[in-house]
Amino acid sequence: MANVTTQSPEQYNYDIVRLFTIMTVVWGVLGMLVGVYIASELAWPFLNFDNPAITFGRLRPVHTTLVIFGFGGSALFATSYYVVQRTCQTRLWGEGLAKFTFLGWNGAVGLAAVSYMMGYTQAREYAEMVWPIDLLIAVTWVAYLVIYVMTLRKRSQPHIYVANWFFIAFILATAILHIFNNMAVPVSLFSLESYSLHAGVQDAMTQWWYGHNAVGFFLTAAFLGMMYYFVPKQAGRPVYSYRLSIIHFWALIFLYMWVGAHHLHWTALPDWTSTLAATFSILLLLPSWGGMINGIMTLSGAWDRLRNDPVIRFLIVSLSFYGMSTFEGPLMSLKSVNALSHYTDWTIGHVHSGALGWVAMISMGSLYHLVPRLWETKMYSDRLINIHFWLATIGIVLYISAMWVAGIGQGLMLRAFDEYGNLAYTFIETVSFLHAPYVVRTIGGVFFVTGMILMAYNVYMTIRKGKAEAAVLEAKLAAKLANA
Amino acid sequence: MKHETIETNAGWLIALTLVVISIGGLVEIVPLYFIDSTVETVKVAGKDVVRPYTPLELRGRDIYQREGCYVCHSQMIRPFRDEALRYGHYSLAAESQFDHPFQWGSKRTGPDLARVGKKYSNQWHTQHLIAPRSVVPESIMPNYPWLMNKSLSYKDIGNRMRALKMVGVPYAETQAEYDANVKRYGKEVADQLDINKAEENLLAQAKNGNYDGDISSISEMDALVAYLQVLGTMVDFKQFEDGHFAEFR
Repeated sequence: MANVTTQSPEQYNYDIVRLFTIMTVVWGVLGMLVGVYIASELAWPFLNFDNPAITFGRLRPVHTTLVIFGFGGSALFATSYYVVQRTCQTRLWGEGLAKFTFLGWNGAVGLAAVSYMMGYTQAREYAEMVWPIDLLIAVTWVAYLVIYVMTLRKRSQPHIYVANWFFIAFILATAILHIFNNMAVPVSLFSLESYSLHAGVQDAMTQWWYGHNAVGFFLTAAFLGMMYYFVPKQAGRPVYSYRLSIIHFWALIFLYMWVGAHHLHWTALPDWTSTLAATFSILLLLPSWGGMINGIMTLSGAWDRLRNDPVIRFLIVSLSFYGMSTFEGPLMSLKSVNALSHYTDWTIGHVHSGALGWVAMISMGSLYHLVPRLWETKMYSDRLINIHFWLATIGIVLYISAMWVAGIGQGLMLRAFDEYGNLAYTFIETVSFLHAPYVVRTIGGVFFVTGMILMAYNVYMTIRKGKAEAAVLEAKLAAKLANA
Repeated sequence: MKHETIETNAGWLIALTLVVISIGGLVEIVPLYFIDSTVETVKVAGKDVVRPYTPLELRGRDIYQREGCYVCHSQMIRPFRDEALRYGHYSLAAESQFDHPFQWGSKRTGPDLARVGKKYSNQWHTQHLIAPRSVVPESIMPNYPWLMNKSLSYKDIGNRMRALKMVGVPYAETQAEYDANVKRYGKEVADQLDINKAEENLLAQAKNGNYDGDISSISEMDALVAYLQVLGTMVDFKQFEDGHFAEFR
């Protein structure tokens, strides 16, 4: 009896998707563990142990790099390589080049983490990699773009599916941002250190144009690409509105590029620039919610799936967090709100409602959809997925509530005056106030990383199961052939 | 053009996407290089008062970045009453014009440092960096004892200044450049900006400044404290009328 499968190894390159999927889980566990550790350092500073490599200042970029570029980046490579093949119904272009992107990307993330701990950094947030690593990333990224475009060009479908628009915009924008933000002159050819091309005001503007679009394109547009494939697939229903996806795509990628300067309200950046950024930040609410509505409403008529499908639960809750944080973002970009929130933990909480709630949860949901298909089996345990979902959700709620208390509380204390018009609190009094929320935040992080570790175990057992089943199948086939 | 044309043609999709994502950055970044009022000119008696860092301060700044101080400390005072009382006059764009990269920061886990210079003694800074909780019991800052034990490497100070010169910092290597600096900053400052005398200047400042209280060697602590002590001290706001800088905002 012929067993027809749509996943014949000749048709699609799943090897590269498997590799990136495994690294997503590895970087996720490592990056989130570092996150919990640095959160603990803020609550209990003795944990710095007078060891330069693990002080907060050096470990914080290790955390951000591992989770954004390691976990998030690998998830994007895995899903984009999968989605582009499935939606174009063609095999990924460039066998060797795809392997190269795997080595280049993961090599860059690993080297970056080690170099920060050794004290090598460009001191630009989310772009701390020293110049040789920047070059490696640039070459890897060009290879990624070439692979993606060449695969699109040999598609056997006339239309380029909407998920691919988002992935293409993300690849192009990230290339531009990476190049312009990392322009620097090295101290010498043999020095890892360099000085950035821009200075002061222009440098700040360039950095936050990069910084916020790392959020806008790396952590949003690309994950919307993920959403546009995996939500309809898992729900077994078409995207809610095709027209809405067109409008929100163009609006989103146009508006995002304007908003970076809202990180620089009330600074020495000219008023016109930050006002412009605030205006566009408000406008950005529309396409953001357009995307959220399009994703959530895809489930319209199949809401019961939320009750019995833990993967759908991950995907839909991630969209809810996306909606929440894209409402909070424009709010915080208002100058009056920003005056209070900026420089406080409110910003940290906001980032994490996006990063944990949206980015991590949509990735987890997509991976739970992807892993059984890649290893041709069922997930080892649906129960563990469910437990993971609740650990993650509780963790996020603890995290962001603690940061609201910390940020708004500290912001109000810093601007409080006593009856004589003097400052009511010294700075250090606000630091003491932060201890309790910092402890709660750490507990939230422990919840979240525990879920991630359960996922790693579940994925590991699924891969083992898949391999065992494949072996049994092969043995049966061999036996049949021998008998015949 | 129908959207179908874009959806069925990778070339169109890429070209239009590139156009759409380029506009925001072009409109917001490029003018900052051409509008003169973006960075104020701050002169006292015809001389620029905001100068590039001396070799020792520059090395201190490198260490500040290496340890990730910018992760928890901003250097950007906003024009609010509480910040004026706590930190001083709001920061001017001119004050970070030689900062490659800028150090404005994004989070104040510790206080702003834009005007920390000369507020505390060298001894306080050294003690605070070695063991913050010995001077501020509630502090959550890590200890940095190794800064005291590590001797400062300054052999490549010339290369560092040359790299910064390439990105626009007026360090001088030729006589003409030196003369231009004398005109712009006065002789005393121009001497400090001379790449040919960089090592000599660095050693002299470390010795005379005695930042870490130990003149037997030049430690990383010397450099870092020298940097902290110059932050926000270049513009003397008493020399200017109230509201003088408001037009630039």
